[in-house]
Amino acid sequence: MTSIILLSIFGIINLFVGFMKSKRILLPLSLLFLAVVFGANLFSWNEAQSYFNHMLTIDNYAVAFTGIMVLATLLLLPFSQHYIEEANENLAEFYSLLLFSLVGAIMMVSYENMLMLFIGIEILSIAMYVLAGSDKRRLRSNEAALKYFLMGAFFTGVLLFGIVLIYGATGSFYLTDIAATAAVNDGTVNAMFTLGLLLLVIGISFKISAAPFHFWAPDVYEGTPTLFTSYMSTVVKIAGVAAFYKLMAAAFAASYAAWFPTLIAITVLTLVVGNIGAVVQTNFKRMLAYSSVSHAGYLLMALVAFNERSDASILFYSLSYALATIVAFAVLQYVSEQRNGDETYAAFNGLGKTNPLLAFAMTVAMCSLSGIPLTAGFFGKLFVFTAVVQDARLMWLVVVAVLMAAVGIYYYFKVVIAMYMQPAADAAKIRIGSFASFMLIFITVFTILLGIAPALVSDLL
Amino acid sequence: MNQIPDIIRTIPLNYYLYFSTALFIIGVIGVLIRRNAIVIFMCVELMLNAVNLLLTAIASYRADTNGQVFVFFIMAVAAAEVCVGLAIIVMTYRNTRSTDVQLLNNLKW
Repeated sequence: MTSIILLSIFGIINLFVGFMKSKRILLPLSLLFLAVVFGANLFSWNEAQSYFNHMLTIDNYAVAFTGIMVLATLLLLPFSQHYIEEANENLAEFYSLLLFSLVGAIMMVSYENMLMLFIGIEILSIAMYVLAGSDKRRLRSNEAALKYFLMGAFFTGVLLFGIVLIYGATGSFYLTDIAATAAVNDGTVNAMFTLGLLLLVIGISFKISAAPFHFWAPDVYEGTPTLFTSYMSTVVKIAGVAAFYKLMAAAFAASYAAWFPTLIAITVLTLVVGNIGAVVQTNFKRMLAYSSVSHAGYLLMALVAFNERSDASILFYSLSYALATIVAFAVLQYVSEQRNGDETYAAFNGLGKTNPLLAFAMTVAMCSLSGIPLTAGFFGKLFVFTAVVQDARLMWLVVVAVLMAAVGIYYYFKVVIAMYMQPAADAAKIRIGSFASFMLIFITVFTILLGIAPALVSDLL
Repeated sequence: MNQIPDIIRTIPLNYYLYFSTALFIIGVIGVLIRRNAIVIFMCVELMLNAVNLLLTAIASYRADTNGQVFVFFIMAVAAAEVCVGLAIIVMTYRNTRSTDVQLLNNLKW
């Protein structure tokens, strides 16, 4: 709760700081704010408490996911230097919107009532619609914002209709009451309940860009300014998956048989579409968009397993995925800026010679995303797969996922090959600020550290 | 609000359910087949209003105020969405001189 209040206040302070002439203070100030929130959040560990008439509960699950999301924002902000140098007139608003949307993300991982889930999703999404279109003069950014907005509003309607049908069947918005009603009625109360559950699953699947509701993701991710794409594919996705798991575990555990077939179909389709779609891309940013679809598939696998290991494996996977994705987008940002907005694989040619640091950080990130040992991504996949094989009937799902991970290695290593094997097209060295390079080193070391000692995070929940 | 007024009972709850579902489906079809961004947006609002209607009907029949409070939240959020959405449509219009979503096809594989 303190983190929600602090973030709201800090967001408003940021807006006022925007009146000052010099914008240089905004970045350090926002980083300081996020660090304070990260620290304040930790005080709620092991001290579960309910707020707003039990509509929000800050328990260990909420604290852990809040921590990861705040950390992800903290790590991706230093790469916003590019906006400061261009003296963007709306800089303060961008930082404030990021802080405000984090409030929505925190509500999504700590809700106990459907109302809070809805409001959390909307606080997060409405801020993201604005940020997607923040590059006002570029048509690509306009198009991304419009697509994201129209599709987002449409699926919010679907989600709401699901909530209403569940309310009609059970008479409550509280997760515990819904679970109690479902438990005494054999998991499926009536047709209204089943249909409502299906619409809820569709609504949230859209938010985490799971196939077949992923069609917006590649377009929106490509058109959005890279910094906000990075936020979208880490924080928004983590919040969505955490909310999804919480919804299923707290309200629909008894209805497992009703949602399991739908969810397993969505998971398999997401894995296949995400990975195959990524193979054919020539644009690196678009490839990352498909890759984020495929990672939604791996995260959903932990949800499909639905046992005591699910939450811990979702937590670890989210962290490893967020670290690697932030690095990938940060390096892309530097490279495409140097190469006049070129975002294809060819833009990375010869980066290993001109900028060894950027190339090394990118290589570790790609290894982590594809799940090579000694990086965090390996243990992320391992935990998810071991959670799934607890149920012997789901063995085939692991086989599909491993095959898809093998496909993943192919497209992730395309960029590594471009960096080290291809001759440089433009031999100029890319200039990076010392703080940004420190952050790159920090994230890389953290990724490798988690790949050696995963127990640091995996035993938290 | 423990007593359900008789005037509400004269129409069975199922009728509200069918009517709201019909409105909702009209909205969904509108989103899928129309090409003008503003009309699509109006269809989304139609979907949200179908939800509001059903919420109030169910809340009345169950004599439970929670559902009606939810309607206020949906209205407030929908208003915020309208602000952002119309701003985005205006911004796009300035660049393309059109609100036809078919023209926006720069991003595809």
